[in-house]
Amino acid sequence: MVLAKIFDFALLTEWIDKTLNSFMPEWLTVVTERVLIGLVLLLTYSVLALFYIYFERKVCAAFQCRLGPNRVGPWGLLQSIADMFKILIKELISLKYTDKFLFALAPYLVILASMLAFAVLPWGKGLQVINFNIGIFFLIAVSSIGVLGILLAGWSSNNKFTLIGALRSGAQMVSYELSIGLSVLTMVVFCGELNIVDIVERQSDLWFIFSAHIPALIAFIIYLIAGTAETNRGPFDLPEAESELTAGYHTEYSGIHFGFFYLAEYLNLFVVSGVATLLFFGGWMPLHFPGCDGFNAIMDYIPSVIWFIGKAVTISFIIIWFKWTFPRLRIDQMLALEWKYLLPINLVNLVIMALIVVYGLHF
Amino acid sequence: MATIQETITRLFPDATIEQNPIAQVSVPAQQWHKLAYELRHNPELDFDFLVTIVGMDWADKMGCIYYLTSTKTNAHLSVKVTTADRENPSIDSVSHLWAIATIFEREVYDFFGIIFVGNPDMRRLFLSIDWKGYPLRKDYDENPEVNPVTTENERQTDFTTLYTRDAYGKLVAEEKRVFEPDDFVVNIGPQHPATHGVLRFRTAVDGETIKKIDVYMGYIHRGIEKICEKLTYPQTLHFMDRLDYFSAHPYHHCLCMTIEQAAGIEISRRAQVIRVLMDELSRIASHCLFIGTYCMDLGATTMLFYTLRVREQILDIMEKTCGARMTFNYECIGGVMQDLAPDFVDDVKALLDVIPGNIKEYNKIFTGNVIAKNRMEGVGRLSREDAIDWSITGPSGRASGWACDVRKTDPYSIYQELEFDEVVRTEGDAMARFKVRLDEITQSARIISQLIDNIPEGEYCVKVPKVLKLPVGSWFRTVEGCRGTFGIYLESDGNTKPYRLKIVPPCLPAAAVVDHITRGSKIADLITIGGSMDYIVPDMDR
Repeated sequence: MVLAKIFDFALLTEWIDKTLNSFMPEWLTVVTERVLIGLVLLLTYSVLALFYIYFERKVCAAFQCRLGPNRVGPWGLLQSIADMFKILIKELISLKYTDKFLFALAPYLVILASMLAFAVLPWGKGLQVINFNIGIFFLIAVSSIGVLGILLAGWSSNNKFTLIGALRSGAQMVSYELSIGLSVLTMVVFCGELNIVDIVERQSDLWFIFSAHIPALIAFIIYLIAGTAETNRGPFDLPEAESELTAGYHTEYSGIHFGFFYLAEYLNLFVVSGVATLLFFGGWMPLHFPGCDGFNAIMDYIPSVIWFIGKAVTISFIIIWFKWTFPRLRIDQMLALEWKYLLPINLVNLVIMALIVVYGLHF
Repeated sequence: MATIQETITRLFPDATIEQNPIAQVSVPAQQWHKLAYELRHNPELDFDFLVTIVGMDWADKMGCIYYLTSTKTNAHLSVKVTTADRENPSIDSVSHLWAIATIFEREVYDFFGIIFVGNPDMRRLFLSIDWKGYPLRKDYDENPEVNPVTTENERQTDFTTLYTRDAYGKLVAEEKRVFEPDDFVVNIGPQHPATHGVLRFRTAVDGETIKKIDVYMGYIHRGIEKICEKLTYPQTLHFMDRLDYFSAHPYHHCLCMTIEQAAGIEISRRAQVIRVLMDELSRIASHCLFIGTYCMDLGATTMLFYTLRVREQILDIMEKTCGARMTFNYECIGGVMQDLAPDFVDDVKALLDVIPGNIKEYNKIFTGNVIAKNRMEGVGRLSREDAIDWSITGPSGRASGWACDVRKTDPYSIYQELEFDEVVRTEGDAMARFKVRLDEITQSARIISQLIDNIPEGEYCVKVPKVLKLPVGSWFRTVEGCRGTFGIYLESDGNTKPYRLKIVPPCLPAAAVVDHITRGSKIADLITIGGSMDYIVPDMDR
């Protein structure tokens, strides 16, 4: 089995568990491990966000014949750290005539949703927080908490522009959640598993995008469109269409509260790309083709974490590419796209996938 | 022309007509209502395009000069309507005949206090609602204590006034609401990224659908017409690049031509060619900026940088010759300020080389994009009749099928000798307005390529007396600015300073028509439509 060569992070985590258990009571071990996991996740979360801000700015600059950040640190690498620091020390402006509690709660809800989804991603072999038997279901469930935060933010700011932004966002996210759910369901039908670890293991021979061929490709394209809409990114950035609604639902936020929206937006981009990686491109699984043992073995030398992050970043690049190329859709056109085109195609695709599974027409 | 004058004399025996050189009809205020109706609807006259209304204060009497054009015969006519009553001057409104008169009359009311009887919206247009006095009247009190700079919030009212005459001929004021009492009014602007400057739309919406827009102007009103009355003729020129800062060259050109015509100055062929070259270069630069910012309004930010690349090249050319990148101040009475930079010809040729490739790229990335098509096609449709009714000139008017290019209808300078096509489309939607501008870049490049190799030798500026006095009289000239017909009305009382200098901006109608074409559209369409009209706020506010 080629898989044996990939480093299993479970060895590392089990070793940590054993070492801690050797000199600690069990309850303390559990507490320490939880705290450690939390810290590592938070750290990864912020580092990835900083990377994404830098990445997007560089990519967008390249599209626009510019250089992008190049003054702070080598190649401008410290630019996003400086920006983040600036956001941290900025004043939190409190508004009159608003619901202060809900106004403050909204950014936390948004960031909570993206963090929860972030936590269950399969980072590498043996590297996930929990091995959940309904993992993918959980992921979809928590990622839709975010829309609640956006609605709250728009409503509690007591501003017409934020309210319109929030309502647009609500309509958009609720609609596109359907497409995301259905395209995920299509792949779940093919795989027969909800467990994230099992989904990845099933792709050890061939990624789903190849093994389930046409329906998987359709599901992937729909997922990519819906995922772009779900993360409120261009060409679906209507909730914060800056030329129409200034900044949409987060117009009134400042300082770190605004920073939370900002971070969550970038991390949602990573989560969406991560899920696409998981469902279509084998998660952390290296590129394998049945029968090409030499090729497969070479691929195994690349660590699984790099496989996962690399694939996710590549998909994010495509989504960023959309944003800096296309103009923005109008709200009714966007809803028409979802309800008139994506949803029916998705449903038909689901049926095709079921037929393919039943008749075994896949690789 | 004789037939028009004969028709008018037949219908109105009291009317006096003088050639000035545009025929000017003078009628007493009582007959104006009837004359206006005949001018608009009589098939022999058929003046459907109201160019402007010039408010005037001649000290002994007040009044308006209406400049009219027939789009069918291209005949020009002006009508002088006067009233001797300085306390409560009133003239019959023509807002039911030409839609744009609603706004033009408000402007005259704002500056002169002339009440237009029957105008449904007799509010101030540029000045704040509690402004005391009418600034363009000759007896206006300029003491700053009369109108102190206020530190309070902006005053505003939801009411407007409609004046009518009762059975005894007395004026009756009637308060009217601007919006319905339970309308949900969203305030878009004055600080908003899509209004392209400090313009304010009070938008009544029903969900995302627009019910009515109240265009609120005047945030950059600097009283340029008033300032000009205190400056000598060469000094007035400096304000022309503060109007539409992208059409600085054509605007300068217009005022220079008016003053030169009045003073009887003949300028050299070289200066003519340089002026036309600069006009067309600024047209390309202006349209490039339009395309970029418009695409950015629609969310395609990357296009902005692609168009700015070309614009940047033009600004560099301008900088070398004019010494500035924005407020050029290059044309002067008698020619241009200084000669062309030594490498002007090479730079322009380099520019002409890159333009076709760039336009191809714009079409590839944006015009053909399915989202762009969905956003722009059929959005904000303006019919040809409405375009004329609202005096929408320039590329926006031509997108509605109205061939209104002054360079073709009334060729000035050397445009008659040049070969170029007038870009006219018939769809009248936002996409057509976009494409007209895109095609005009090609046409402007064509004009430049005809001239760039034969710039004649000669003096770039003829001798002009140091103290310039114009003879008594009035002149009206129009040019094709980057955004439409730009006009200058100049009246002189024989002094070194203009008695009245009225600026006719193309952007004022373009902003005024937004209410008309957005009704029933989505809020997102307001951005598409507003952007496609391409108004410049300092131009409309003056």
